Formats: sequence, C-alpha cells, structure tokens
Amino acid sequence: MAPKKILGSALVLGGLLIALVAAVQAQATPAQQSTVHTAPKTQIVAKQMAKSSDERGGRIFAQNCSRCHNAPDGFSPRISGTVVRHMRVRAGLSQHDAEELLRFFNP
Amino acid sequence: MAALCAVRYGAAQDTPLLSGGVGFFTNTNGGATTYFPIIEPLLAAPIGSRLLIESRAVLTEDFAPKGDGQSGYDHSHFIALTYLQGDYTVTPHLTVVGGSFLTPFGTYNERLSPIWIGNFQDGPLITGLGAMGTGTGLGGELRGSAISRPKYSIDYVGYFSASSSNEQFNAERSAGGRIDLYLPEYRLEVGASYGRLLQGTQENFVGTHVWWEPKGTAFRLRSEYAHGEHGQGYWVEADYRTEAFGGLNSWIGRFEPVFRMQQTFRINNIASDTLPAVNTQRADFGLDYNLPHNTRILTSYSRQFSSAGNVNIWETGIVYRFLFPAWKGK
Repeated sequence: MAPKKILGSALVLGGLLIALVAAVQAQATPAQQSTVHTAPKTQIVAKQMAKSSDERGGRIFAQNCSRCHNAPDGFSPRISGTVVRHMRVRAGLSQHDAEELLRFFNP
Repeated sequence: MAALCAVRYGAAQDTPLLSGGVGFFTNTNGGATTYFPIIEPLLAAPIGSRLLIESRAVLTEDFAPKGDGQSGYDHSHFIALTYLQGDYTVTPHLTVVGGSFLTPFGTYNERLSPIWIGNFQDGPLITGLGAMGTGTGLGGELRGSAISRPKYSIDYVGYFSASSSNEQFNAERSAGGRIDLYLPEYRLEVGASYGRLLQGTQENFVGTHVWWEPKGTAFRLRSEYAHGEHGQGYWVEADYRTEAFGGLNSWIGRFEPVFRMQQTFRINNIASDTLPAVNTQRADFGLDYNLPHNTRILTSYSRQFSSAGNVNIWETGIVYRFLFPAWKGK
C-alpha cells in the first residue's frame, strides 16, 4: 500500500477514535446522588467550606497538573510544599493557585 | 481529630524530595532489537522560603545487537545530569532561574520528556527544533505567571544561554522564550515559542502548540508545530482513558490508547538540527496500561515512511515512578 494511502487511513482512524471517545463520554454522565445531612448546622458549614476549598484545589490540580501527567497514587504530606514549589516553576502556577494546591494536598 | 489536624498542620511540608522513574524499555527498529534499562532520578530541595534547587539526571545502559552478522550484543552506558538549576521566587509574578535548565521551546522538552510522563517511549521527531542542540541552556531564565484570572491565565518564560563545552553542562549560545495562554473553562492551552541560536548558523526557530483536554473527560489532545530555517514539522497526539466502566481505576479504565501523527519536512540540506535528512511521515499507535502504585506499561507500534526507506518500529516498556522525602525532616 502506498504511504499516502496508509497516512490517509491513519488520519481517518484517528478521527473515528475521537468520535468514539465523544460518544462514549456522552453516555457516561454520572448519576446524581442524594445525600442526607444529619450533622449540626455549624459542622455542615465547616464541611461545605472544606469541600469548597477541596473543589478549588482539585480543579486547579485537574487544570494544571493532569494536563501533563497522571496523578501519583499518593505522597507524604512532608513533601507537599516542595512538590508545589517545583510545579509552580514547571507549570507556571500563580501564587494563589499554588496556595490552593497546597491546601488541597493538606486539607 | 484535633490531634490529627495538629499533626498534619504541624508537619514540615518543605522536606527535600526524591522523585523520578525507573524503567526497562525495548525498541525493535527495522528488525533489530535494543534493550535499555534506565533510571531518571529527580531531586528538589527548598532552601528557605524563596529558593528551590532542583536537578534531574539520567543513567542508562543500552544493549544492541552486534553488526556485520556477528552474534551477541554490544552495550554502552550513559550517565549525565539533565539539568541542575536554582529557582528564586522574586515576586508572585517572577521567578529567576539560574544554572543548567531545560530549553523552554515548545512543550515536549520541559513537560513531557521525563520517562514517567511521556505516553510514548520516543519523543516526537521535531523535538530537536528549537532545543539548541543539547536541549539545555546554561545561564538564566525569567519566568512566572503574568496574569491569572478565573477565565484565563498567561504564563511566560524568557532565557539566555551561554556557550559551554563542559561535558555535564554542554550548551549553545542562544536566547528565546515562550508564552502560554490557558482558558480553564475550555481546558484549552495555546502557546508560542521563539528561539535564536547565537552562534554558528545563527538561525531562528519559531513554534506553536495547542493542547485541549475537554472538561469532564480523560481525553487529551496535544499538538505542536515547529519551524527552523532548515526544517519544520508537527505532531498531534491523542490519548484517552474511559470512566464508563467503573472509573479510571477499574481494570478497563486503566487502559490508555494513544495515537500520534507526525510529519517532518526538510527545507534544505544544511542540517543543523536533529530532523530526519529527508521528509518523513510517521504514525504511532500505542496502548498503555496504568497499573496501581505509579507503574505504567507502554507499548506501541509505529510505521515510518520516507524516501530513505519505510520501517516498522515496535516498542515496549515498563516504568515505575517514585516520589518520597529525601530524608526524615522535622
């Protein structure tokens, strides 16, 4: 087979792969789960604040770190500051994002 | 709970760390198989609140079949510092880097070259464009986050490198930089790079990249184009992990199909870069598997077409990524 034909086939296959990914992803919408709160109101507020902070940090992690690499399985909190300082230089993180990320690693 | 919090908040977070990857790769190119075990350790050590010293090295031994019809293998080893730099945070928007650093041109060299990150064992064919020979500079960088807003952020890096023939810090006299715009809502990153070689052929390199990671998916599309005075090329890479069958950590979700398309074009034969000597097209089909405990299996088949001959390239490998404190700390 001529190289141009194989090249064309490769591009078509790549396009099909992307379409397949989009179709599978569209079907994989996570189901909403209801939660029951039984804790006192102050605890709920504290939890919501922690959750909100976690969500911000998690979003920053997803937006900046996993653009390049998979998340490590875990690491010691003793090096979380060093990890963030390394990533701040490598990924061009702002000071605010670096602080949120550190809070995410040490909730 | 309070005691737990006290322990967590009281823990030192700036303990120096040792990270990196240990891997074993095989590469079968045109029927000849090469084996190479490799270790890439990385050290990051903060000194005070503003200075970070970081370095990465590579230790590898490769075993290749002897030529001229002889049986057995030849082997050679390679040990080198990839970079050794100090990062000093001057302001929230400016970090000054000094020492031996990875050339900030395009995305591959700085962000995807560690063996525990790359989806393929091989880098793209255009990696050499803008890398100024060795892929490292010896001098200084100014870099940081210029603007960071919820809807967009811009980061930058500019550098100057002196010429050095030192065995561990080999570099060419050059200057350049890169600017990136990131739109978090769209998970879209676009960037542009420029580099000028200030010795020998005195040439300019320009490049651009587009990365897209659709929100809520584990699909990534990365692409890059680079142009030099003697050659140019591009690569487009897509990878995906499905969450549809029990999440990313299910046995199916750990599979990661990868596809990369790349082409290089030789403008003239005054070759001062590492691009192939003739126009080349290559399609890479990979299937990676993300095992628990930071271990990845990388496999790929590539078909390369050029007037110098078409070849099949089969690659397999396993990489373990480690990350732990360099010492006990406080």
